[in-house]
Amino acid sequence: MSTLMQFLVYGLQLGSVYALLAIGYTMVYGIVGMINFAHGDFLMIGALSTFFLSQAFSSFAVNGTYSGLIVALIIFVAMVGTGLIGVSVEAIAYKPLRNRPKMSALITAVGVSMFLENFPRALPFIGPSPRSFPMLFPAKRFQIQGVMISTTQIIMIVLSLVFMFILYNVVNRTKIGRQMRACSMDKDAAQLMGININRVISITFFVGAALAAASGIFYASIYPQVDVYMGGWLGTKSFIAAVIGGIGDIRGAMLGGFIMGITEILATSVNSNLGYAIGFVILILILLFKPAGIMGKLTIDKV
Amino acid sequence: MKKIYVVLSVLVLLTMLVSVAAVSAAETGETLKIGVVSPISGSAALAGKYIVNGVKLLENELNAAGGVMNNGVLYPIEFVYEDNEAKEDITTNVYQKLIYQDEVIGIVGPDMSKCILAAGTIAQSAGCPAIGTFTTNVAVTQVGDYLFRACFIDPFQGQVAATYAWGEGYKTAAVLYNNADAYSKGLYEAFVQSYEALGGKIVETQAYSGADVKDYNVQLTKIAAAKPECVFMPNLLNEVPLQVQQARANGITVPLIGGDSWDTPEVAQVAGAENIKGSVYISAFSPDNPDPIAQKFVNDFKTAYNGDVPNSNAVLAYEAGAMLVEAIKNAKTVDRAGVRDALAQIEGLALPSGVVTVGEDRNPIKGAAILQYNDQGVATFLKNVNP
Amino acid sequence: MKSIIRKILPLIGVVALYYLIMYLKSIKVMNPYHIQVLMFAGVNIIMTISLNIVNGFTGQFCIGHAGFMSLGAYGASIVTTLIFGGFSVAPNLRIPVFLLGLLAGGLVAGAVGLLIGIPTLKLKGDYLAIVTLAFGEIVRATLRLIEPIGAARGMIGIPPYTNFAWVLFFVVLTLIVARNFIYSKHGRACIAIRDNEIAADAMGINTTKYKIISFVFAAFIAGVAGGLYAHVMSFIQPDTFSFVKSSDLLVYLYAGGTGSLTGSVLGGLLLTVLPEALRAFGNLVNWRIVIYAVTLVIIMLYRPLGLCGGKELPFLKINRKSLYEKSIFSRKTIHPSEISN
Repeated sequence: MSTLMQFLVYGLQLGSVYALLAIGYTMVYGIVGMINFAHGDFLMIGALSTFFLSQAFSSFAVNGTYSGLIVALIIFVAMVGTGLIGVSVEAIAYKPLRNRPKMSALITAVGVSMFLENFPRALPFIGPSPRSFPMLFPAKRFQIQGVMISTTQIIMIVLSLVFMFILYNVVNRTKIGRQMRACSMDKDAAQLMGININRVISITFFVGAALAAASGIFYASIYPQVDVYMGGWLGTKSFIAAVIGGIGDIRGAMLGGFIMGITEILATSVNSNLGYAIGFVILILILLFKPAGIMGKLTIDKV
Repeated sequence: MKKIYVVLSVLVLLTMLVSVAAVSAAETGETLKIGVVSPISGSAALAGKYIVNGVKLLENELNAAGGVMNNGVLYPIEFVYEDNEAKEDITTNVYQKLIYQDEVIGIVGPDMSKCILAAGTIAQSAGCPAIGTFTTNVAVTQVGDYLFRACFIDPFQGQVAATYAWGEGYKTAAVLYNNADAYSKGLYEAFVQSYEALGGKIVETQAYSGADVKDYNVQLTKIAAAKPECVFMPNLLNEVPLQVQQARANGITVPLIGGDSWDTPEVAQVAGAENIKGSVYISAFSPDNPDPIAQKFVNDFKTAYNGDVPNSNAVLAYEAGAMLVEAIKNAKTVDRAGVRDALAQIEGLALPSGVVTVGEDRNPIKGAAILQYNDQGVATFLKNVNP
Repeated sequence: MKSIIRKILPLIGVVALYYLIMYLKSIKVMNPYHIQVLMFAGVNIIMTISLNIVNGFTGQFCIGHAGFMSLGAYGASIVTTLIFGGFSVAPNLRIPVFLLGLLAGGLVAGAVGLLIGIPTLKLKGDYLAIVTLAFGEIVRATLRLIEPIGAARGMIGIPPYTNFAWVLFFVVLTLIVARNFIYSKHGRACIAIRDNEIAADAMGINTTKYKIISFVFAAFIAGVAGGLYAHVMSFIQPDTFSFVKSSDLLVYLYAGGTGSLTGSVLGGLLLTVLPEALRAFGNLVNWRIVIYAVTLVIIMLYRPLGLCGGKELPFLKINRKSLYEKSIFSRKTIHPSEISN
């Protein structure tokens, strides 16, 4: 029983990374209607820039640990920085294609992803080397009824829930949130109502990329190794999570992320050799029974 | 008296001129090209960096010497570096390019068995010698008689690890391996075979795949529950550090044993000294090896690359290049076939990792080193194992 | 008379192309390296055409196409190497064995395509995409556990039967078959589904049936391409056919232009050759993939519909313009902002 609980903790920990990343996917998809394959690389940029920032701030560290204020500052700067990179990627590579078929933007995103991975790899001072991620959060571990939990895990799971809660309320209760929802329903009508869709899309990319940076920081805090290729497969996984949850729906993305994480861990615990394949089989089954994802509603196409 | 000086100096000048003329008369042959194949981009890019750096060191040495002397003819050497992205089909393209377009005399690399297994037949049918650097799979040199390698083979390494574990008195062991990776799987099988033959017991075997998401907690929880006396983790270098951390976090305190993929400074840096101390791995090379050739190599490497310590990738790439150069030096005819024959006859060549003799099946006969991480997380030389 | 010339001329062109390349090879302008890159390009062209049938002409969204390729590669290699013994086949039996292998590869892929197509093709868009992605990963994860075919170590000793002539032959064959399929009754039904599924349904087209037909057909072609690939490489292993391969194929397809066979040929050819051509700048080896990525983005920015989106060379086209107009992927919606400008 305690082993099962332990696995659930690991599942939640992995799931919260997927969930945060999946939110970015889902927001961009809901509003712009494109799959941003470069989203996973925003995670990498977030983690890598946090690594370099914490090196820059290393004089403030005491015995390798940073004070809460500095950590908050580092995370803030990394998130804002990655958000701005997200906005500029949108402006340079996606905006010209906005009224074009969504596949063009998708292929451009593949190109952007290759660029974001290989450009830092080719830079001499970054290169392909994996780096040890600094300890931003206190790593104290304790046991509750045979289940081992570390403070990092708790901070991470709680913080990602907080981020999701804030975002959910922003989207549902603020003016900009209402504009976002309007854009996702009908861009043209939204524009007719006086909404500046360029601004909304830029903000969406900013938020999405900033959340990806946060998930990168969290991911690197529990799996403390960063390199330029870390985002690729994580991005694909959380894209799957977003679809499982019902793409376009923020609650669905969160749910999908946690389901992905827990499924993956439990499938591995059944048989480590088959775990990888079993995880995907379960995902296919979910989609067969809920063809529009868990939270998604089947839309009726009008002729 | 003055006249004598004048005459003498004229004589000296003349002899100098003559000797200079003699040197230039020791004709310069055509420039020979050597292809270097490594994953410069892609997930294995770190290995590619070390391989290129290792070979560049050899290139600098050869440039200083002007080339390779064969039978009184000086052949300048040019290296052609190509990126195979750690993909098999790209490797076959690169091999074709090097063989038919650049017309190289021999190829160094790549480092992965799967890549050279795909491209090997091209080198074989073209009759171009190719030396894999880190291609430990037995099947590699069975592709044909133009294929060589600079490293030892999987069964030998697995056997060394098993013998070490048994010799340390570990009666039970657990294994965590990557079932998507031929290298990891090969070492796992070789280890289990040797270890069980010695009388040891494997108490838990856990696998993983889809290695890009680096969560091994489930597997390690199960291994911890089985309470082994040591854990064998023959995994890729970008996976090992997190496995070490997560193993310790899951309460596995027993020694961890790794393969030669652990041999890169980044592993300990990322894993952390307090986690990795006491762990042991098998390696082709130890930077602590007191042998003067090894020390010269380590120092040259450090000077050339801002204090970076060479790893097995760098050493094996350097050695593969050095074997090729040695073969060019001794070849009866300076062409691909001649170089191949000379490669097969290399005997007692002193290289950084030891004295190398190419055996019958074109595998080098060379020993392995066992290294252990000390409390500072620095890998220190424990002992040498000879085949 | 004119139509006969129209049919024969392209074939003469292909034969001429073959002899031109063979001539260039004999006078050493082209070497085996160039030929091999062209062979890979050919395999990629076939794969892209296959993907085009599903994504471009039927309007579905498959992103795990490498899974079918791997099934074909393994299916064909099992026949030629494990059943008939690879290199020990008598020389006069090699071609029949090779063709039998390719057929087997195609059939295996097609059968599996049918198996997963029936339950999943009722899903749409991104949901179908995820299922195909998951399918590709399941195939890969399963193949690396099967010992008789080498598991993760891969399969060695596959005889290199594929040569340039075979690749060219199969590219041409695929083009002809695909073109005839697209302009057949079935193909028109597929295009109707792409353009408007509900309308197609209302016109009495059994949409599920036609989606499955095009999916299985494409899987069969992908299987044959996988077989060709295995016999170029003479070594295959499961990880070759990962999601990376699938997304490469998507790039070839959409950069070339969907709904256009010409686009598939151009996309597969150019984007296979480009990263190799960049090797000519030897000292840029570190930046090669970066340059490739930038080129790809620039292509998409300046040709958003792909290089030949919605356009077709004359001999791949039937005189019915409407088939190419207003496809989902090539439709350019006029946006209010453009009117106000």
